[in-house]
Amino acid sequence: MNFKQNLTKGFFKENAVFVLLLGLCPTLAVSNSAINGLGMGLATTFVLMSSNMAISLVKNLIPDKVRIPSFIVIIATFVTLVDLTMSAYLPSLHAALGIYIPLIVVNCIILARAEAFASKNTVFDSMIDGISMGLGFAMALTILGTIRELLGAGSIFGINVPIYPVDESGNPVTTLIFILAPGAFMVLGYVIAIINRIRKA
Amino acid sequence: MAKKESTFLNMLITLVVISLVSATALGYVYELTKEPIELAKQNKNLEAVIQVVPEFDNDLNASKFQLATSDGDTLESYVAKKGDSIVGTAVKTFSNKGFSGEVWLMVGFTPDGSIYNISILEHQETPGLGTKMSDPSFKDQFNNKNPETFKLRVKKDGGDVDAITAATVSSRAFCDAVERAHKAFMGSVDGTTSATASSQASSKDTVEDANKDLTKGGDQ
Repeated sequence: MNFKQNLTKGFFKENAVFVLLLGLCPTLAVSNSAINGLGMGLATTFVLMSSNMAISLVKNLIPDKVRIPSFIVIIATFVTLVDLTMSAYLPSLHAALGIYIPLIVVNCIILARAEAFASKNTVFDSMIDGISMGLGFAMALTILGTIRELLGAGSIFGINVPIYPVDESGNPVTTLIFILAPGAFMVLGYVIAIINRIRKA
Repeated sequence: MAKKESTFLNMLITLVVISLVSATALGYVYELTKEPIELAKQNKNLEAVIQVVPEFDNDLNASKFQLATSDGDTLESYVAKKGDSIVGTAVKTFSNKGFSGEVWLMVGFTPDGSIYNISILEHQETPGLGTKMSDPSFKDQFNNKNPETFKLRVKKDGGDVDAITAATVSSRAFCDAVERAHKAFMGSVDGTTSATASSQASSKDTVEDANKDLTKGGDQ
């Protein structure tokens, strides 16, 4: 696999959410607005890149039988770093993402990349893989977040988009279900269907 | 470099080293971010206080105190002063009656006990329904109302509060939190008044005693 393939695979060919269907729990939960999706995606990208690099760096030092616990400790360390840093410098985003930041630890994309890629490839390739898969994940979350926010709240990144009529007090009458849990499943289903159609064409 | 064999010693050393390195890194970053995290939390509180009390010019952090509630809890509160006179008190209050998790509010009272303004600090209510509690149309109905005359219950429960459509539970939690703050605030005011009253009473006693002494003296 050459460099270009490695860099671009995360966005379309092997997109974690739309194609591999990994990490769906945080995907469904935090994509209720575009900014939440993007924030979660970037936090995951950072963890994925760092843990991929660290794991490929120490892959030969770790005996096979304890590799999973070792990977998890490394991943958990990076996640906690992100958690602390975010609550110190981005408190409002941290409050919005809440429990899902600590839960990046158990996001299957990260352990999957550590096990399937980083433990077999060089540090540089693993870094590129982490960035590619992470940004692909961020892109997927932002797409979902944008669609759900537009349909459910009539805005994109918090900016009002007048696609809905307003009631007497000036608030848009929106299709609330798209911000709630069922909307996440509906939007994800449709987006996956569209992506599959494009892939087959 | 060849892969390490999975002998007991190798596994032990690997796990110990990894845990040590992780713990060191985390401890270092924890120390590093401790202050900014504290600061961010404080700023969040202070910003809310500024919204809920009239114009003031004192240092809020210095005026912070703990307000005791009747059920033995304490609420953080801040006194806002302009010059020497108290213009308002902000009470950080909460309710457990929310739809999901605690609802935290900052409620500002003017010295006579009426609500000046309310700001929402934290909650996990349903997006689009319970979150409407931060809409002015709901939360501003409390402004300039005195809970002595304005009953802090939703209309369904026989009170004066217009509940949010489809979010009665969230509205109830909101009222509950405001009421908790009001009770604690009035409790503190009553406490000080009764304290002043008793000190006045005791000073009155002293005066009377002195008078008696005087009369006695006059008699002698």
